[in-house]
Amino acid sequence: MAHAAPTATGFQDCRNIWVSTLEQLAEADPRIVAVVNDSVGSSKLNSFQKKFPDRLVNVGIAEQVMIGVGAGLANGGRIPFVSAASCFLTGRALEQVKADIAYANFNVKLVGQSSGVAYGELGATHHSIEDFAWLRPLNLTVIVPADAWETAEAVKWAAQHDGPVYLRLSRMPVPDLDVPKRVFRPGKAETVRDGRDLTIIACGTTVHLAARAADRLAVEGIACRVLNFATINPLDEEALHQAAATGAIVTVEEANIHGGLGGAVAEFTASHRPVPVERVGFPGFLPTGPVDWLFREYGLTPEGIAAAAHRALGRKG
Amino acid sequence: MLTNDKLSLIRDKALWMRRTAFTMVHRAQLGHPGGDFSAMDILATLYFGVLNYDPKRPDWADRDRFVMSKGHATGALYATLCAAGYFPEDWLPTYMQPKSLLNGHPNRNYLPGIETNTGPLGHGFPVATGIAIAGQLTGASYRTFVLTGDGEQQEGSNWEAAMVCGHRKLANLTLIIDRNRLQQGAGTEETSGLDPLDDKYRAFGFDVHEVDGHDHAALLSLLSAAPGDRPRCVIANTTKGKGVSFMENVASWHHGVPNDAQYAQAMKELV
Ligand SMILES: Cc1ncc(C[n+]2csc(CCOP(=O)(O)OP(=O)(O)O)c2C)c(N)n1
Ligand SMILES: [Mg+2]
Repeated sequence: MAHAAPTATGFQDCRNIWVSTLEQLAEADPRIVAVVNDSVGSSKLNSFQKKFPDRLVNVGIAEQVMIGVGAGLANGGRIPFVSAASCFLTGRALEQVKADIAYANFNVKLVGQSSGVAYGELGATHHSIEDFAWLRPLNLTVIVPADAWETAEAVKWAAQHDGPVYLRLSRMPVPDLDVPKRVFRPGKAETVRDGRDLTIIACGTTVHLAARAADRLAVEGIACRVLNFATINPLDEEALHQAAATGAIVTVEEANIHGGLGGAVAEFTASHRPVPVERVGFPGFLPTGPVDWLFREYGLTPEGIAAAAHRALGRKG
Repeated sequence: MLTNDKLSLIRDKALWMRRTAFTMVHRAQLGHPGGDFSAMDILATLYFGVLNYDPKRPDWADRDRFVMSKGHATGALYATLCAAGYFPEDWLPTYMQPKSLLNGHPNRNYLPGIETNTGPLGHGFPVATGIAIAGQLTGASYRTFVLTGDGEQQEGSNWEAAMVCGHRKLANLTLIIDRNRLQQGAGTEETSGLDPLDDKYRAFGFDVHEVDGHDHAALLSLLSAAPGDRPRCVIANTTKGKGVSFMENVASWHHGVPNDAQYAQAMKELV
């Protein structure tokens, strides 16, 4: 599958830009520190560790402590980027994230690595597809970059923003979105394709797939709007009003469809302007298998998204 | 069975299990061979010298329980369960293939012989503690063994479980720590040091023993010794990647996978 092939031209593992951006920021701002759980390599922080050996705190395999230490470092005037596989960062330490970071409102940046189903074959314990549902209700800005450019912008924005942030990164190679003159606006959806027949709302690794679905549908004479919905919390309500005005919505996420982006959109439309919403994503615990196979199996493909668009259009009143 | 017969069985099984696990990892190009190989002699000793089980009756109420807390070492666990007769050899090549029952981490709903799902570290010991409490409550005769990594001991949940075991004097539980001194990225002592592990567990109320984790005879006598009056902790000093020269004590083999030449070399050494 082209979308998962690491060697496909123009496809990039966004962990590289995450760490080069963090290093640039850390050169300029001595308050920036990294906190990890034996995850130096998987967070690509080896060169950060070489450059700033005193500014990488490895607490060992101890996620609850890792989040608590992040809160404490913020209390002490540091700007911690706490980086770990997002399944353990959010799941294992959920109460620490809720109480010590969000509720206590500490200036901590949580960086979830290899999120979604990046660890395909390692199974449901290592998939991080419940994180949107867990974190969306909290006092926490949740950002899911769609490509390398947006990853860099999100890291820069998080560093200067005073407040808790969850950056949900991926290791799955993605192409740069073909959108001219981009400006990163947290809390605002980005229009990737415009159209009036329906709106596809996607985030992270699935945005480029949604754009390709729209290109297919265009050939059939269906004009889709495609939104890159990088901020899951808070929601861009204006963009959702406009999406509802197209009369049908498809949501796409590398996450569980219960409580995630699709859930958020369905909650919003049910309250404000009921329209058919088709949710593309994962229904629950997944079988073992490689990430590109899981994407195909659950319809996170241009064809699968286009089929969901037809279902949504069929339900349009 | 006479002790010498048992020891030669354990040696044969451990060799077959190492070859089998490495073949699975080579084929899948995924896995955790370093931690598979440090644990292999402990698993072979338990399953072919110590544990009381019947692969035809995995739900037998009085079976001894083994909990693989370091769930990433499925190469070792699946090779062991297969050798013990829980499932046929022709399932092994499906390791981590789409919809395989041989998931990257063990799932009790997929395979017989797995007591609980693990993978996130620091889960197995608390579950084993519950299994041991159930045995205490019902007066059952089974014993509970749990194997954790040493890096895994950095998870606080282990120490919460240790406190419960010590408090309740769970003599029917044995905690085995695979003390290979390496975790995912580096040595345990340079990451978040564990020493002195023996004093720590003694302070928590355990009967603590150290053993060479590749010495089948020493493992056999220690692990089959009758329970005493308190929980037991066995610190098994091991070598990560034990048995394959280029893997031994090399951190990157935590989740490194062999190319064809490395695989062939390993098969030459594993005889
Ligand atoms: C809660 C949790 N955090 C992080 C990981 C990622 N991880 C998998 S194995 C491992 C290192 C384990 O080291 P150790 O316990 O010493 O195992 P061994 O050396 O026997 O392989 C890490 C950090 C995990 N599986 N679970
Ligand atoms: Mg270890």
